[in-house]
Amino acid sequence: MYSFEFVKPATLDEALAALKDEDAQPLSGGQTLIPTMKQRLNQPGSLVSLLGIPELVGVSISDNVLSIKGATNHAAIVAETRDSFPGLSALAGKIGDPAVRNRGTIGGSIANNDPSACYPAAAMACQATIMTNAREIAADDFFEGMFTTALEEGEIVTGVRFPIPQTANYQKFEQPASRFPLTGVFVAKYGDRVGVGVTGASNNGVFRWGEAEEALTANFTPDAIKDLSMPADDMIADLHGSAEYRAHLVKVLTGRAVAAC
Amino acid sequence: MKISLTVNGKSQSGEAEGRTLLSTFLRENLRLTGTHIGCDTSQCGACTVHVNGMQVKSCTMFAAEADGAEVTTIEGMAEPDGSLNTIQQAFQDHHGLQCGFCTPGMVMAAASLLKANPKPTEAEVRAYLQGNICRCTGYHNIVKAIMAASGQELPALAAE
Ligand SMILES: Cc1cc2nc3c(=O)[nH]c(=O)nc-3n(C[C@H](O)[C@H](O)[C@H](O)COP(=O)(O)OP(=O)(O)OC[C@H]3O[C@@H](n4cnc5c(N)ncnc54)[C@H](O)[C@@H]3O)c2cc1C
Ligand code: FES
Ligand code: FES
Repeated sequence: MYSFEFVKPATLDEALAALKDEDAQPLSGGQTLIPTMKQRLNQPGSLVSLLGIPELVGVSISDNVLSIKGATNHAAIVAETRDSFPGLSALAGKIGDPAVRNRGTIGGSIANNDPSACYPAAAMACQATIMTNAREIAADDFFEGMFTTALEEGEIVTGVRFPIPQTANYQKFEQPASRFPLTGVFVAKYGDRVGVGVTGASNNGVFRWGEAEEALTANFTPDAIKDLSMPADDMIADLHGSAEYRAHLVKVLTGRAVAAC
Repeated sequence: MKISLTVNGKSQSGEAEGRTLLSTFLRENLRLTGTHIGCDTSQCGACTVHVNGMQVKSCTMFAAEADGAEVTTIEGMAEPDGSLNTIQQAFQDHHGLQCGFCTPGMVMAAASLLKANPKPTEAEVRAYLQGNICRCTGYHNIVKAIMAASGQELPALAAE
């Protein structure tokens, strides 16, 4: 790993000031960043840890909206959303393994936008709002493609707000070696709409399956999507699964998620 | 930079760079080589330690992040008189290891599982060990050891 300067601010303002340095990069749980740095795929001048900043940690609910601060780790999310939003709690509980969940954070995951990350599927299905130090961004506008987001240089994710659905379910079809989803589908049902967020499938990153959302809004049963088909054109193809396989998984997992709701 | 932390109940300090991993600090600065490095790609869990009571992969955390923390490693697991603790003894009794490379991580993971869930089911043990890879045992005897350490009747484990 290349050497860098480690900075651990105690407040958000100090962190933002430290991030103004050229080549400075935020560090949250390090569960993605440290492995990439070990491979020398990344050479920051300094890493600014966000884990010592109390104002960036915690979960709260108001007006049926769940707010999770950016540096809250997956394990805390599992525990603190179990009653209020069990679908999200279950999603967080399936990320990686217990050690990864004790370090990795929602802010790091959302900002990284790995094409197979779990939270983005929930954020899309729920039409969540991504909070940054500068603005609020709708999930639809935030996730721009594989590993690309609307974040500007020096801008950090300070939290995510999820409107709490009536019911929700996440189906993760796990790739056992990486423990990431090979493909994952999050279904969220609200009074007036259904959201379907798909991760791990498309070359363009996380997306909403609009056709299925419409069909499920009219009829919330697995049957409602039986005549739909997901085109394989933009799907990821790798040694774990072909594009056609992933397209097929999207439909199967959507049906399972609805059945489990 | 100077790092000060409590390891297995003892105050320790040492010099580290920003990039020094907690695993490197434990093994090279403090010579606590019981924490093993199996993969260095965050996959295998051999390097598992507890930081402020939470199980983490010490190869995927900077030593600087543990400044001021309480760290427990496999060296801190034995009873005060040096005899094996319940989990360690169960690994020995049930042949829960072959080469032993994964064992420190397995014992640390088992300890945090049993703290949170003192009577886990076999399925819960297996699910919890997702981040701990063993290349030798095929896991059955590890699961058996952990079930035994929890004081439960040993079930007829699948595939035995
Ligand atoms: C073995 C293993 C299995 C995993 N399995 C899964 C899985 O099944 N599903 C899943 O979704 N993820 C999985 N992950 C990834 C894990 O969830 C990471 O925790 C997460 O992707 C990144 O979060 P972090 O806090 O560790 O971020 P870091 O690694 O610290 O940072 C990741 C990137 O985001 C930037 N960053 C960090 N925080 C912020 C912020 N607040 N604002 C802006 N930028 C920021 C960093 O500069 C870096 O570029 C796995 C990881 C491992 C090691
Ligand atoms: S050495 Fe840390 S996970 Fe393998
Ligand atoms: S006993 Fe050899 S790796 Fe587990």
